Amino acid sequence: MERSTLDLWVGLFVCAGIGALLILALKVGNMSGFNTADTYQVYAQFDNIGGLKPRAPVKSAGVVVGRVGEISFDDQKFMAKVTMTIDKRYKFPKDTTASILTSGLLGEQYVGFVAGGDSANLAQGEVIKLTQSAVVLENLISQFLYSKAAEGDAKK
Amino acid sequence: MPERAIYSIRRLGHATIDSVLRLGYAARFIMLTLLHSGTGFRRLHLTIRELYFTGVLSLIIILVSGLFVGMVLGFQGFQTLQTYGSESALGVLVALSLVRELGPVVAALLFASRAGSAMTAEIGLMKATEQLSAMEMMAVDPIARVVAPRFWAGFISMPLLAAMFSAMGVFGGYLVGVVLIGVDEGSFWSQMQSAVDFREDIVNGVIKSIVFGFAVTWIALFEGYDAPPTAEGVSGATTRTVVTSSLVVLGLDFVLTSFMFRGV
Repeated sequence: MERSTLDLWVGLFVCAGIGALLILALKVGNMSGFNTADTYQVYAQFDNIGGLKPRAPVKSAGVVVGRVGEISFDDQKFMAKVTMTIDKRYKFPKDTTASILTSGLLGEQYVGFVAGGDSANLAQGEVIKLTQSAVVLENLISQFLYSKAAEGDAKK
Repeated sequence: MPERAIYSIRRLGHATIDSVLRLGYAARFIMLTLLHSGTGFRRLHLTIRELYFTGVLSLIIILVSGLFVGMVLGFQGFQTLQTYGSESALGVLVALSLVRELGPVVAALLFASRAGSAMTAEIGLMKATEQLSAMEMMAVDPIARVVAPRFWAGFISMPLLAAMFSAMGVFGGYLVGVVLIGVDEGSFWSQMQSAVDFREDIVNGVIKSIVFGFAVTWIALFEGYDAPPTAEGVSGATTRTVVTSSLVVLGLDFVLTSFMFRGV
């Protein structure tokens, strides 16, 4: 085969391969996510994080504003310490409430931010004081059963 | 009786020494190839020619298999996910299984049987017809002239083929899931994008395909170079290439997966 046709085919092949990688990165993987450069970190302590995992989204009003970083256990307060990386574009007041929510009935868990009314904003390394733990299904069921039992007692 | 026992133990020893020897030869062979690969880049058209044979000519089988694997994943995934009422997670299922596992592994298996066997047969036949010896007589190093360009061609084309396989598979899953069955297009893509991480999933898949490309090309070239110079020897070497590289790819995949995705 002519060398120039060979070169053309190989060039097309390499372009197609790199194109496939780009498609995977942009269309499938959504690389346009967050860079570490333009984010800040805040911490929150929860009584119970349920099934929250690292890299779970942090959402406010349903919009993804950051990701959960490290999750560790604080053996002084016996609470879970969750590090969250928030996009610098989004500022939240100091009295923001962080709660652990579930998307759908069986979906993944995420951290939801509800903004408060403070005029000062959360800065790098600050701690969110108002938190709400994950809802544990077993606790809900046992509470329901106890209240049912109490109702039964009252009827007697 | 002790005669027989000693005989079988001796055979075991012989087999062990043989395989260690071959492993040593293979290691020396790949070192020589890497050392002599300068020629392959200085005379780039040699490598480009091999890229055409290993890469471009493997395109059809890779693209078609990718499309069909993706479409089957779409069907089967939909069947299972429908039971739990979460058809919208179909995109996640198709993309993750392709990018993490099926893309690199199936592409490597196809690559071994399409391009690897051809490499082994070609080099084995060159050896059988004494073309390699003739080159040495003319002071042309056959490793630099014949082996190194093929090695780099396989090494370069494997990740590209795996990426194309995955992309084609995602497209196949999209065709079946969204166009044919009617899963919501928005949630198909958005759930996929929120679940697939660039560093964790895509880069790891690319690393896998690079490792597989290295292993498969190495095995194919060594088997060809080491083949007994007879018709039987070449055919045996070609078979061994496909069998060994398929097993090595599957084994390596397990090892790499257990390192990359533990604890997630």
